[in-house]
This record gives sequence, C-alpha cells and structure tokens, in this order.
Amino acid sequence: MKTGDVRILVVDDFSTMRKIIKAMLKRIGIKFIDDAEDGKVALDLLKSQPYNLVILDWNMPNMSGLDLLRSIRTDEKLKHVPVLMVTSEAKESQIIIAVQSGASNYIVKPFTEATLIKKLCAILKIEETG
Amino acid sequence: MHDDYLTLAKPFIQATQHVLSTMAFVEAIPGTPFIKKGLTAPGDVSAIIGFTGDRNGTMALSFTKKCAIFILKNMLGDDIQDIVQDIKETVGELTNMISGQSRVNLSQMGINLQAAIPTIILGDNHTIEHMKNRIIITTPFSTPQGEFFVEFSLEQLPQ
Repeated sequence: MKTGDVRILVVDDFSTMRKIIKAMLKRIGIKFIDDAEDGKVALDLLKSQPYNLVILDWNMPNMSGLDLLRSIRTDEKLKHVPVLMVTSEAKESQIIIAVQSGASNYIVKPFTEATLIKKLCAILKIEETG
Repeated sequence: MHDDYLTLAKPFIQATQHVLSTMAFVEAIPGTPFIKKGLTAPGDVSAIIGFTGDRNGTMALSFTKKCAIFILKNMLGDDIQDIVQDIKETVGELTNMISGQSRVNLSQMGINLQAAIPTIILGDNHTIEHMKNRIIITTPFSTPQGEFFVEFSLEQLPQ
C-alpha cells in the first residue's frame, strides 16, 4: 500500500490535536484524511465510507474512545479496521485495556511525528519512506 | 523552602519540558519553584485539572497571552481559524499531556494519581481554584516569547 492510497480518520475532541495529526500525516503524503470531534460523528463516517486506519483519542466526552473502539470491533463491517489509540496516560493497565478491547496499537501524548509515522507504517505495513 | 516541595516539583518540571519540546518545539526554561500566595492566576489563560488517588490535588498551567500565541503558532503554523478557541483548546490539551507525564513521573516515586478533564479559565485577574487551605507550589517557565507557570497542590504537603 502506498501512502497516497491510504484513507485515515482522526478522532479527537480537541481540534488542535486533530490539526496537528493531520499536518503530520500530510507531510508523509497521506491525502485522504477525515476528522471527527466525537465518537458518534466518527461512527457515522465509518459506516458511510471505507478507511484504512482510525487514529482515536482515548478521552472524549459523550462517547469515549474506548466505547467507540468497542463499537467498531462489534460491527460486522467495521471490525477489521485498524485502530491506533492515542492516550495521555502511559499506564500499563490502560494499555492492556486498549489491547484487550481491540486496539491495533497505541501512542502516548506527547509524541513526535517520527513516532506517529513509525506506528502507522507498522499497522498499515507500508514503508516509512512512503 | 521545604525539601518535599522541590522533590515533588521535579516530576512536573520534567513533564512540562518534555511536552513543550515534543509538541511545540519550545525549550521551556524553569525558574525556581515558590510557594504561591493567593489564587490569582499569574497568566492570562489557565487550565486546571483535579487529581485523585493516593493523594487528592490539583495541577494548573497559566500562560501569558504572548506566550500562549507563540506556542499555538509553533504547534499549528498558519492553521489557526479562531485564535481564542484554539488557544483555549491548546492550553487544555497541554495541561492534559503534562498531567499525564507528571503522573507517570510521580508513580515512579510511589505516588499514583488519576486525573479528570481540564477546565479552562481566561480573563483579566481570573483565579485558579486549587484546594482550600493547601500549599500551592508554582514554577515559572520562560520561553523566547514570554512566560508561563505550572502550579500544583497535593494533600500531605507539609504545611
């Protein structure tokens, strides 16, 4: 898969973080990036078009990232979509919960662009040089 | 100043420097922590977050306007639509991240805390409502474009 073919959905209630992540993704040539400010909007988007990856914040009001992850994993059409959980907690217990709930991987804030890209490429099995 | 205050300030100082350098590419130089008098915010826009767990407490960030705009521009470049909203969100998110990293550092000292979602406050002479009758430790930080402050207050700090 090439970076230009990848479709990514970024879900975070903070618009600053959505902008920062989108800018990082654009710099490596990802062209199709949608974003959502909450889990319900994200779920509607996921059901309406295909994505290769969801980058999902853990802490969100209304529908938490964990609840959205569980909704994705129990939906027949969505259950295979990879999810990269974003958290500001580096606690082992939370990481275990994320993995047990079906997260493909996790990343802890603050993170560098290099770390995000490395994790993304590993999940999507694309070369980092794109 | 009591040794415990300085010992506990270090996790917050290290977390602040790590978060600012990683997310905003800003080298934040810490000054000497001091005991704060009163609740008035030292900056123009602040965020406070509550802690529970081994000790109840609070942590807050407070930015001067100039410093907040500088950090925002470093993080977002030209992609700023609503500067007031973006500053509020950025201060809240930075507080979230510094809280997370501080708590990792504190857990290595045997103090395990959980945090709530930050509350953002702005306006002239606003106050930061830490726990009543508790010591508040403030550390000033300088950046190329102004100052910001990190405050914390925890139970069991010697009075």
